[in-house]
Amino acid sequence: MQSQALVEHIPRLRRYARALTGDAWAADDLVQDTLERACGKWRLWVVGSNLRAWLFTLMHNLFANQLRRSAQQMRAGLQVDLDDVGHELAAPAGAHEVALDLQRCLMRLPEDQRAVLLLVTLEDMPYAEVAGVLRIPVGTVMSRLSRARSRLRELMDGAAPAQPRVSDAPARAQDAGPVLRRLK
Amino acid sequence: MEAHPSIPFDAVSDDQLHALVDGHLGDAQRRAIEARLALDPRAAATGEAWRRQRDALGDLHAAVLHEPVPAPLAAVARQASGAREQLAQWWRWGGMAAGVVLAFGLGWATHGRYGAEPSAQAAGTPLAAAAGNARDFAHQAMVAHAVYVPEVRHPVEVLAAQQEHLVQWLSKRLNHPLKVPNLSVQGYELVGGRLLPGEAGARAQFMFQNAAGERITLYLGALKSPASGTPAPVPLPDRRETAFSFTSEGPVPGFYWVDQGFGYALAGNLSREKLMAIAQAVYQQL
Repeated sequence: MQSQALVEHIPRLRRYARALTGDAWAADDLVQDTLERACGKWRLWVVGSNLRAWLFTLMHNLFANQLRRSAQQMRAGLQVDLDDVGHELAAPAGAHEVALDLQRCLMRLPEDQRAVLLLVTLEDMPYAEVAGVLRIPVGTVMSRLSRARSRLRELMDGAAPAQPRVSDAPARAQDAGPVLRRLK
Repeated sequence: MEAHPSIPFDAVSDDQLHALVDGHLGDAQRRAIEARLALDPRAAATGEAWRRQRDALGDLHAAVLHEPVPAPLAAVARQASGAREQLAQWWRWGGMAAGVVLAFGLGWATHGRYGAEPSAQAAGTPLAAAAGNARDFAHQAMVAHAVYVPEVRHPVEVLAAQQEHLVQWLSKRLNHPLKVPNLSVQGYELVGGRLLPGEAGARAQFMFQNAAGERITLYLGALKSPASGTPAPVPLPDRRETAFSFTSEGPVPGFYWVDQGFGYALAGNLSREKLMAIAQAVYQQL
């Protein structure tokens, strides 16, 4: 029954990890690591306490470790350019450019801001719970949230028209052309 | 985060805007903030932009929520309630898939081993237990072959085109450096690979295909140590090795062997001689 509870969290963990890492493979790797860690530490989880918060805490510890480990690779220039993996960011058929742009802009936020923003919006977590998961004071959650939202607004404004309309599509397409077409 | 509606008439703070946008305000607080926003166009515009952002983020990757949970992830989650339950699940699944293979007439003469408790024969002396483990390992390899080889659209999780990623990923999962053998001399090219659950941790399956579309699989993973019941972190260079063994008990024939506690099984609907030749090529390269 506990494993059932764990299984029920997998879709949300996968979606959050996808948004956090911007890469479907990396996301599922992260989820798998998280679940393995959860199984290993299962006895440390207090029955009745917040399983979601615990799982997200495990995931963030792993994500932070990964970032530290890959920092050197990134400095060495091995970081995958987002434009090269843009196609992997696309959701299955029907997803539009807005979602792609949004994910691309998210990847331009610093990881700590991205995590706060996603926990608050994607996961709809209360601020205090976000603070617990990321082990930072609530005040830090709020300031990162402000920076993330302001920055994302700037990025989205620069990336694409917020609400493209059919009527002025030609002019818009011209404006947005170079940005949208960067996804080869 | 509580916002205070009693703050003197001044600009709406970021924290108040967040709480409003994220729906963390009570009715009275919300109305108070909204009233002040009516007099503060700049803050109102910010709040509106953040609200649109929140809505867009709410839709982001929403399709993932409705995708079936990938089998490897579900398998890991199931480990929490014990390896035995997971194994039982795997065997039921394998039995089911084997039934499908039979129905499609791929020529498996039943030996009635499906559904048998795999640990039943792993009793007795440590040596017998080790041999039993190797046989179980081989059997799981043949079942995995039967499950995935008929797959048309998703025979593998990672395609050969991403071979480097594939090898890194599976090596990490199996906690063992893996190598993909080159079987082009034998006429087989790599299709890709996938991760599978095993009795003693993760297993990997590499799939190869020849020009005629015939597929063979190489299955790898640590074997359960007969003594401790868990995989030895550092396999001792002891007798946990077996010679090449042939098996025809599963849905397809195959060769298997154990090298320093790590098992290999090559499965394919080929003659014993052809399988042997490929198995030797694999062995020499690994």
